[in-house]
Amino acid sequence: MKNYLNNMDMDWFKRRLTIVMALTFAIFCLLVIRLFYLQVINGEKYRQLSANNCIRLQTIDAPRGLIFDRHGELLVDNRPSFNISIIPKDAKPIDATLGRLAAYAQIPKSELEEKLKKKKPFPVYKPVLLKADIGRDMLAAIEVNWFDLPGVVVGVNPIRHYINAQTAAHLIGYMGEINSKELKSGAFPKKEQGDFIGKFGVERSFEDILSGREGGRQVEVNSSGRIVQVLKTVAAEPGQNIYLTIDKRLQQKAESLLAEKAGAIVAMDPNNGQVLALASSPSFDQNAFVGGLSRKKWQALISDPRHPMTYKAIQGEYPPGSIYKIVTAMAGLEEHVIDRNTVFFCPGHYRLGNRVFRCWKKSGHGKVNLEKAITQSCDVYFYQVGQKLGVDRLAWYAKACGLGALTGIHLAHENAGLIPTAAWKKRKTGVKWQGGETLSMAIGQGYNLVTPLQMAVLISAIANGGYRYRPVILYKSVTAKGEVVKHFEKQVVGKLPVSKANLALIRRGLWDVVNGNRGTARIARLKDIEISGKTGTAQVFSRKAQESMKEKDMAYHLKSHAWFVAYAPSNKPEIAVAVLVEHGAHGSRSAAPLARDIIQMYLGKKEPSDTGQMVSLRQ
Amino acid sequence: MFDRRLVTYFDWGLLGLTAILATIGVVTIYSAVNAGGNTPQQTLYLKQIIWLGAGLIGMSACFMISYKRFDQYAMVIYFGCVALVASVLVFGKFVGGSQRWLAIGPVSVQPSEMMKVGLIIALAHHYSRHLKKDGLTLRDLVQPMMIVSLPFVLILKQPDLGTAMMLVLIAGSMTLFCGIGRRTFILIATAGAVSIPVAWSFLKTYQKQRILTFLDPERDPLGAGYHIIQSKIAIGSGGITGKGYLEGTQNILSFLPEQHTDFIFSVLSEEWGFVGAGLVILLFLFILLWGLSVAHKCRDPFGILMSVGIVAFIFWEMFINIGMVMGLMPVVGVPLPLISYGGSSTITIMVAIGLLINVSMRRFMFE
Repeated sequence: MKNYLNNMDMDWFKRRLTIVMALTFAIFCLLVIRLFYLQVINGEKYRQLSANNCIRLQTIDAPRGLIFDRHGELLVDNRPSFNISIIPKDAKPIDATLGRLAAYAQIPKSELEEKLKKKKPFPVYKPVLLKADIGRDMLAAIEVNWFDLPGVVVGVNPIRHYINAQTAAHLIGYMGEINSKELKSGAFPKKEQGDFIGKFGVERSFEDILSGREGGRQVEVNSSGRIVQVLKTVAAEPGQNIYLTIDKRLQQKAESLLAEKAGAIVAMDPNNGQVLALASSPSFDQNAFVGGLSRKKWQALISDPRHPMTYKAIQGEYPPGSIYKIVTAMAGLEEHVIDRNTVFFCPGHYRLGNRVFRCWKKSGHGKVNLEKAITQSCDVYFYQVGQKLGVDRLAWYAKACGLGALTGIHLAHENAGLIPTAAWKKRKTGVKWQGGETLSMAIGQGYNLVTPLQMAVLISAIANGGYRYRPVILYKSVTAKGEVVKHFEKQVVGKLPVSKANLALIRRGLWDVVNGNRGTARIARLKDIEISGKTGTAQVFSRKAQESMKEKDMAYHLKSHAWFVAYAPSNKPEIAVAVLVEHGAHGSRSAAPLARDIIQMYLGKKEPSDTGQMVSLRQ
Repeated sequence: MFDRRLVTYFDWGLLGLTAILATIGVVTIYSAVNAGGNTPQQTLYLKQIIWLGAGLIGMSACFMISYKRFDQYAMVIYFGCVALVASVLVFGKFVGGSQRWLAIGPVSVQPSEMMKVGLIIALAHHYSRHLKKDGLTLRDLVQPMMIVSLPFVLILKQPDLGTAMMLVLIAGSMTLFCGIGRRTFILIATAGAVSIPVAWSFLKTYQKQRILTFLDPERDPLGAGYHIIQSKIAIGSGGITGKGYLEGTQNILSFLPEQHTDFIFSVLSEEWGFVGAGLVILLFLFILLWGLSVAHKCRDPFGILMSVGIVAFIFWEMFINIGMVMGLMPVVGVPLPLISYGGSSTITIMVAIGLLINVSMRRFMFE
């Protein structure tokens, strides 16, 4: 190759090496000068700073995002909470300081010592929380005497305030202290022991959106821990505000309708899956969770026989009762087991082998076609459809309607319900599927279990022409500065397995349920709004045994659950509702009027004019 | 094969300097993990002694065989290291979000550390055959650039920015030592000056933020900035004579992050003051000048260039680490050679010094 250094030219190397040595030496001089500057020239200054460990970090909590309803009505905000903490290093002698603090704040000293002991081992220069959310009186007593309380700091943290106690409590959820399992999971990288996170409902589902980012301050403190100056501040980044799809008025209406009862009401916009109300009764007070719930209160809540801590709208699993006849009818039509003209005779009972299955109407419905069967909820008709279909075909249609599976709503703890098949029973119990069980299943009793939300999604799909939308609760999320970050998008998760013509037949039947002369839900009629729906009664106890008792004598927990699903207006639906009243006995009497009132409120009066800033979200 | 002169010419000075620094390291690590009560890492100083023992074996292996063999097998060594680095991306375990460690039985090693030595040998091998009197041209730089970028990209993928940058610094120093032609130098400088603003405009906001914070830790007052302040307080408060061994309050109260690795110099300075810290810096100066004098006495280009590379390696790690803890440099996770706790880094440094000793003791071969 060309003019490379081929022969040894050692002088060339030596010259360069000498330059490198000189450079190295020069840079070392720089390091020594810096060291001299830090240790000798500024040594005294740094020695003082280190003596009290004066430069410290303080965290600034990020205000959690607010929660609004779809019209911008505030549901949850934050309020300041004053907390007393102690920095052990500054509080010396710590015992005497604790004694004085106990005297000023009128807290037993033993309580404070207990708190301190529990937090051991604590870093001596970091605040240890002694008492959270103190009142104004205590705050004043401590502030007045602060010179006497070295190392005692009063911090202000924003904490949750649930404005309408009990309203949408399950939906909004609550917060609690992060536990060690959650800390280890890695899902909350920025949280540490003692931090609160959303544990249930929206507070949990949207934790990452709501929580924002913690800020902090570099401060210089004096020997008793008082801040001398703030050196640097990184502002906390507030969490995003979220707007739920629910309508607060409708939600409250649903809750008041369920007052004194146990049950759930789900209202949805059938055209996009937006959930308008998602109520569960009885409710609970989320504000009780803010400072951490006492064991006793928690025990009382979870041992209540009416299960206030269960979100019945998405967690409650009930037999669907006669509402399931919609699915049976659909399967029968699509599988050509029946058509619109098929007629069965109902004498009030149906015999299969040596067993007799009753219709709810003892005297029988006489000649019944599909429309009449739906309208009057004739059991005998559907027994025969079910028998012709068999359990597994029926189950396939139920699953295609979204039953027995999670709806995909963005809430934790949703339950899937259950749609049994022959194989499922064999696996579960080891016993073969019995023909009679198919009959029970065809009218929605037996092993079938559904949630009110699934029923709402189903009736929405019936209403909108067959589209199953994923139920959505987040309408949008907005930063503190007002930029919209996430916005609702409708998402089809499935289509009902039914033709247009057959769906129209079913809808005709559902219209008759409310508007026909012999419909089971005539009680739900409204003067100027046409409603379609279906009643259901889910037995918790065998019908025969029930008949031997008078209804009013029956113990509460033995009464049937009452169902009603509906949509309105019948020809161009804008709202779909599912109502379940636990142990409400009859769908028509206990559940249908509730759905009617919800529909009336929603459609009777258009959007409230007082909020103004949001136009109608309904199409 | 064995030559009596090898014993006569053995470089006891280098070995002695290494031993002194390593001892200071163990003593300081003991303080970093033991002062101020129980820490879960109490016995790390014992582990460091084991690493030093392993390092000594690696070092001996490196001066037993003539460095001519390293020249001969340079590319084999280089590609062996590259293969190890690449295998980390496949088999390596994740620690704290990056994939740097390869588990071999009970111990974990960082092949990227060994890569530094592999790169020095490969570049010395290449440049020793391609030196030019009036400097390297752009074309001459293509091959060295490929030699650097292969491991550079692999290590950046782990991601380990600190080690990747160290490769560039070592290679850059060796290249400058070889000399770059004036025109080429101007060309590279201009290209760099132009491309930086262009590249900057393509970065996302958060990436810009991260780079700015890297260059100026004060921008992150709750993270790196705070650590640097505490480190400066630790060093400064040591004063002239220090607070005494095991008496450093910043160390005891855990105000220093990574006190047994990256911030070990702060612990040392707090306890021993200007006298002790200055002495350690002086020892580093000795070892580097000693290394350069080895190159000075060497009579073959490969030996000289390898020695220069090793000196550059030790120099940059030491300068960046001490500069960082004193607040002169960006905050990068670079250990202080021979002092910081760490298996792979300690063994690598000792292997590198072993190569220096190798060159030193075989200088007679050209006389």
